Amino acid sequence: MRHVFLVLALWLSTLAAAQAEGLQDILQKHAAEVAKPSRKNVGVVLDALVSSGLPKVPLFLEHWSDKNIWQRADGVFFFAKVNGSQLSFTDLDSDKVAIAPKSGFKQLKPNGGVRRAIGTSLVQFQLSDPNLERRENAVASIARRPEAAQLAPLLASVAGETDARLKARKAQLANFLSARFAKRPKDRIAAIKSMTKDTSVEARSTLNQILAVEPGVSSEQPIGNIARILDPMKAPDAFYGQLVDAGLANPMTPPGAIRAALKDNVIDGRVGGFGLAQLSNPDIRKAAYLQLATKGSVPALVTEQTLTKALEQHVFFEVYTEKNPEITAAAEAALGSVESRVAFAQTVDLALDGMSLASIYFLAAIGLAITFGVMGVINMAHGEFIMMGAYTGYVVQLFVPDYTLSLIVALPLAFAITFGAGVTMERLVIRHLYHRPLETLLATFGISIALQQLAKNIFGTQARPLTSPGWLDGAWVISDVIQISYIRIAIFVMALLFLALIVFVLKRTRLGLEVRAVTQNPGMAASMGINPDRINMLTFGLGSGIAGIAGVAIGLYAKVTSEMGADYIVQSFMTVVVGGVGNVWGTLAGASLIGFFQKGIEWLNPSNTLAAQTYMILFIILFIQFRPKGIVALKGRVAAD
Amino acid sequence: MQKTFIAQNPSVLWFLATLGLFTCIVALMSEATGVDLISTSFLKTLGKTLCLCLIAIAMDVVWGYCGILSLGHFAFFGIGGYAIGMWLMYARTEAIVVPNLMAQTIPPTPQEISDAIGNQIFGVVGSSEFPMIWTFADNLLVQMLMVVLVPGFLALIFGWLAFRSRVTGVYLSILTQAMTLALSLYLFQNDSGLRGNNGLSGLQNIPGFEGAPQATISLVFFVASAFALAFSYVFFAWVVSGKMGSVVKGIRDNEARVRFLGYHVESYKLFIFTITAIVSGIAGALYYPQAGIINPGEIAPIASIYLAVWVAIGGRGRLYGAVIGAAFVSLLSSWFTGGGAPDINLGFYTVQWTDWWLVLLGVSFVAVTLFFPKGIGGLFDYLVRKPS
Repeated sequence: MRHVFLVLALWLSTLAAAQAEGLQDILQKHAAEVAKPSRKNVGVVLDALVSSGLPKVPLFLEHWSDKNIWQRADGVFFFAKVNGSQLSFTDLDSDKVAIAPKSGFKQLKPNGGVRRAIGTSLVQFQLSDPNLERRENAVASIARRPEAAQLAPLLASVAGETDARLKARKAQLANFLSARFAKRPKDRIAAIKSMTKDTSVEARSTLNQILAVEPGVSSEQPIGNIARILDPMKAPDAFYGQLVDAGLANPMTPPGAIRAALKDNVIDGRVGGFGLAQLSNPDIRKAAYLQLATKGSVPALVTEQTLTKALEQHVFFEVYTEKNPEITAAAEAALGSVESRVAFAQTVDLALDGMSLASIYFLAAIGLAITFGVMGVINMAHGEFIMMGAYTGYVVQLFVPDYTLSLIVALPLAFAITFGAGVTMERLVIRHLYHRPLETLLATFGISIALQQLAKNIFGTQARPLTSPGWLDGAWVISDVIQISYIRIAIFVMALLFLALIVFVLKRTRLGLEVRAVTQNPGMAASMGINPDRINMLTFGLGSGIAGIAGVAIGLYAKVTSEMGADYIVQSFMTVVVGGVGNVWGTLAGASLIGFFQKGIEWLNPSNTLAAQTYMILFIILFIQFRPKGIVALKGRVAAD
Repeated sequence: MQKTFIAQNPSVLWFLATLGLFTCIVALMSEATGVDLISTSFLKTLGKTLCLCLIAIAMDVVWGYCGILSLGHFAFFGIGGYAIGMWLMYARTEAIVVPNLMAQTIPPTPQEISDAIGNQIFGVVGSSEFPMIWTFADNLLVQMLMVVLVPGFLALIFGWLAFRSRVTGVYLSILTQAMTLALSLYLFQNDSGLRGNNGLSGLQNIPGFEGAPQATISLVFFVASAFALAFSYVFFAWVVSGKMGSVVKGIRDNEARVRFLGYHVESYKLFIFTITAIVSGIAGALYYPQAGIINPGEIAPIASIYLAVWVAIGGRGRLYGAVIGAAFVSLLSSWFTGGGAPDINLGFYTVQWTDWWLVLLGVSFVAVTLFFPKGIGGLFDYLVRKPS
């Protein structure tokens, strides 16, 4: 029995001795690759280090990547820190520190590619690092550059992950990597199938990478995993170029090439059997070129017929880089389902944007609609009232540093100021111009020019900031595709509040009753004892006040300049004209129509917002043909007609 | 016995006489005749002002006489300018490009010439093909026809759609604003085929007359503008007098009554709208070669509103009022914004007119609308006291 124990002990000690092959020894075995690594040969060292399972390997890899590994003149590697002209170096296995002059050492500086390779190997260790932030960074770096080698360590690290969110993220990322890099097709297809409901950008990009194609051309039926056969007639020149690149056809001869070739071959004022003066005719040029081609001095002419014939004789296709057709089929099915979900999500996002735009137009236009309904005047200075409200907000923010408090102060103050301005304008100017709506339009226009220039003189031409409070920053993110910023939600809520407020005032208060009466028939209302003058004044003030508040809201999300009024005045007019006058619901309908329509056109033609406005105006002009009084028109005999 | 047209409208003679005298004096004092009292640039300004007076007359007829406040008439002005500008630009580029090409070893094919011209004109927007609307740009006669036909056609369609559905008053004004906004936005895009934001430039160089000095060309355009103004004045004075004029003025005063009297109001309105649009186009065609450049910003909605401002200040409902208003306000405006007006030092603040001119204009416009509805032309009423 004692002999058995002795043998066992000896055997175990030799094993231990064998495993005492340290880090240094591995490094020395691959000394050349460590000292002068390149992206191609560093893989050998990294594999050896990783498979050794030594505990010091991750630290070494980090130091190596950070250029903290130095090699002594005798070839031994150390981790070293610079101390002036001295180097304090640490032995890699024994951790013994010593000092020596720097001159005896050479610093290892791996280049970017090598550092990336080191990083990839390092990631496997970092995935199980006790520090949460390091694990998250490792996962993020894998997500940035997925590679096949990272799949196994990632999968291995999922089970032991303690943080629930990181675990879910690791599982998702592992899924993406399996779809692309798993060894068995069955696993890949399973991973792909699980991505059918994922609308994130990452999932879509993974699927798209699986479905990556290369163009191909051949003279017989193509073999392999073909994605689609292309019709060369859709872009004959481009496809012919592909043939030329593949060496299957002669290069094209565009008119410029013909001309250049002719120029090079001019002999004694003639070329190709024709005099120079005749060459302004394209047919003669071709004939001359053909002459030269038969003599062999220029490449053959490629006419339309030759081009078409060459295209017809070849098959143009796109072939998947992925060879397994089952996988590409599964990926296509998944991508199709993902894209239809994305389209649906985009529609929802568009609807949200349209609603937000409609609420902004509603806020801007409701003041105008009310004054036009009651008094029959279009206030062309309405945009300037919006601007006044926005500048009020700016000025308040200059004095009140807290953003939330400044908004609470600015909103009623803007209402008060623009209410006052509106009442002043009404008393001074508009009151004298009753029954002359065209003149009122022009007079208010004069005021608008003056106000714009005044604002420019006071506040300058630069845009002024109107900052929203911190709790309105950011956005409500439902998914990668659907998101809406909190400011827009706030404006939408404000528009709803105003809608409710105005409907309440109009339907439930005495003032509202009088306003509606004067809208329908001022003469009759006056006979009933209502003072139309007073109502006009109050209504104008109210409309302008609402414009002021709208200005604060708009200033929060757009720029505050002296010209911002002009941006919204046309849209406000359109809203009033389309929606009809004298009814709040009409303005709401008009604003919704215009907001959604504009968003729809922008989506159809995203690169060109000018076109969107043009089409919208054309649409409105046509719309008026069919409903000249707007969507919700006052019925019955209205005195203004 | 029916009085002759001139006898019924003595103001026409007065106007023609004044205009003729003015033209002769300015022509004599210009550079071209050697007496260099008026510089060429001021001569061009005067010529441009005459064109603005021309479109102001058109605006007066459509608004002051017919009651249609069209806030988009400047669009037609711009279209006329673009139509003639296309020919000017094409022909001038051709004159530069073709000799270049001809001097090369291999003479150019027609396609190559066209491509080179296209490249020269459209290179700035990154294309070299000719858009469809330039098909006839090489033909002066066709382009001159387009100066008349395109604004007329646009006015016809727009007017027919609008008047047919009985859109009147403020609604119509807003729609005309929308129309001119849509047009200017469309022209700002590069794929509208008119060089987008860059507009058409170099229009002061008249192809075929490269050797002539600018002084002579400006004088020719000045005299041409004066003739156009005189001719249109007589034409419009004739239109608004007589029976047609009475119906039109009736439509301004009370459209419903005129309709009930049996006149087809829409046809009259459409006619006036279209004819004034055509005259505006012609005015534009004369204006922009003197300005040298046209750009979509010119037909922004505000330009048409300024037109209404001129006519209102000068006096609506009288043709000479429109002329006076346009000349007065536009010259004053360029004097103020050009820095010609002296700054007023108020001690704590210096009033610089370049900053405050628009405020003054806005306030005077309000004042004129409130207190002087007849405008400057109203002053003439004091001169001509009709026996009551």
